[in-house]
Amino acid sequence: MEEDRRRFISILTTLMAGFGIAASAVPFLSILKPNPGKLRELASLVVDLAPLVAGESMVVAWQNKPIWIIRRTQMMLDTLTRIHPLLRDPNSLVQQQPDYVRNEYRSLNPEYFIVVGICTHLGCSPQYKPEPGELNATWPGGFFCPCHGSTFDLAGRVMKGVPAPVNLEIPPYRFINAHTISLGEDPSLF
Amino acid sequence: MLKKTSQNTTPKAILLRWVSVRLPISRFKQYFTHYYLPSNLNFWYVFGSLSLFLLALQILTGIWLTMFYTPTPEEAFNSIEMMMRERPYGWLLRYLHSTGASFFFIVIYCHIFRSLLYGSYKKPRELVWLIGVSIYVVLLTEAFLGYVLPWGQMSYWASQVASALLTSIPVIGYDLMLWVQGNLTVSGETLHRFFALHIIGIPLFLLFLVFLHLIALRKVGSNNPDGRLPQSKAKSNESCSTQLPFHPYYTVKDLFALVIFLFIFLAVVFFAPDMGGYFLDTNNFIPADPLQTPSHVVPLWYLAPFYAMLCICPNNLFGILTMFSAITILFMLPWLDKSPINSLRYRGWCTRTAFGIFIPSFLLLSYLSTTALTPLKITVMQVLAINYFLFFCLMPFYTRYEKNQ
Repeated sequence: MEEDRRRFISILTTLMAGFGIAASAVPFLSILKPNPGKLRELASLVVDLAPLVAGESMVVAWQNKPIWIIRRTQMMLDTLTRIHPLLRDPNSLVQQQPDYVRNEYRSLNPEYFIVVGICTHLGCSPQYKPEPGELNATWPGGFFCPCHGSTFDLAGRVMKGVPAPVNLEIPPYRFINAHTISLGEDPSLF
Repeated sequence: MLKKTSQNTTPKAILLRWVSVRLPISRFKQYFTHYYLPSNLNFWYVFGSLSLFLLALQILTGIWLTMFYTPTPEEAFNSIEMMMRERPYGWLLRYLHSTGASFFFIVIYCHIFRSLLYGSYKKPRELVWLIGVSIYVVLLTEAFLGYVLPWGQMSYWASQVASALLTSIPVIGYDLMLWVQGNLTVSGETLHRFFALHIIGIPLFLLFLVFLHLIALRKVGSNNPDGRLPQSKAKSNESCSTQLPFHPYYTVKDLFALVIFLFIFLAVVFFAPDMGGYFLDTNNFIPADPLQTPSHVVPLWYLAPFYAMLCICPNNLFGILTMFSAITILFMLPWLDKSPINSLRYRGWCTRTAFGIFIPSFLLLSYLSTTALTPLKITVMQVLAINYFLFFCLMPFYTRYEKNQ
């Protein structure tokens, strides 16, 4: 009787102490989470597209990430429809973009292509290789990631047989006017 | 009644007696100076002490680097350059630390090679091996965290890749990555926590593991190149000749090895601290730019074999699983080896062949992953990685059925 009671009390004490130690881990782990207030500050960014000439590209930092803005030529846009057999997800079925840019060109205005410049494989920033044949004989123009050799077309769609699993991510954005965008804002909310 | 006359009454002896009543000095002696080792240890056995020396050197130089380093994205790169260019001997302390890290791994790899060669992981030394492999894994983490601190291009993009690895874990991956980074990308928050872990968190853990490693070894005793204790014919009085105390017999050998080691080590520190880009990547002399990845990203040479496993798998998650199993399989080694023989000296041709394929495969795999990848190289690397795994997976079979010498 005495033995049983002692065993019961030690098990109970151990359990309570274990629970207490586990609970005391919460502050140590929670403090490491990203600061939501700081993230909200980074939420939106207005970018003027007027200086961009057709075929040119620019990089802006939004939420600490490189955002590429490329003004595509008609020739570039024509290639996009022709290279479907090279692509893993030509119709952008995987949710890597807001619904309002889920089209052939993966953009609101086909001319302006706005994309998060981070490889979906392991987060390196790919390089812009717009010229056909720049990388190899059959290269249609697009992006090449130097880290592990992933390739994407000029709409950020991933090609077959590379380590990156899905298309490049398109950030939410809206056009304030014909030549100005606001990164991070959803057009359906305005 | 104590007979005072029989006791030594010199001040040193009195002090020693006074302390030994209050501190377990005899235990220290038994574990360090009077620790008995086999008399036939060869040069492969110096790498344990050399790694202890390097651990001490890393801690010493590390403390001094901390006095001059600022862990913020704006200041990190400049603070190191300032220390190296403006402070007397700043370059020396920094290069001792960075070259020391690479040499630490050279020494550790030799130390592990010795264990494989003479079967030092086998019964009864399984725990010494397990703690040792844990030290290796912790050391890889420590070195990686340290590589991030200078906040050069390679620091930034290496940590970006490493934290992106986490997103491949199903369900919790993305949130886990945010939690590790403390921001949407690798940034100041990440640098700060990596700094904290590098200078205090991991080193304390490392010291504890090293202590366990040494204590566990003292309990079971050292292996030797023959894999069994050298036999002596006479029973009692000559048997001690096959076992020698650590001090002075092996402290002298280790000090001699240390002198030779220092010649090589300091030659590198003074004349080639970047070792042609292997010890310090050229891109890491450029401040981190979150908007642009360097055109050729190479892993640190000691992480190369594991990075290779990541590159050769077409699927992300599969690559990570391969990488982790390459390390986990090392922990299972004592139970994979079914041979009754310890040392490779007396093993049959199966083990010798397997060993002969394994070591070059591992080296070539590491080398190839630091070069620019082509489809042909990837195929070769896949074969080499399969060799790596086959060495371990087939071990229970070839070690059990082979004819030993």
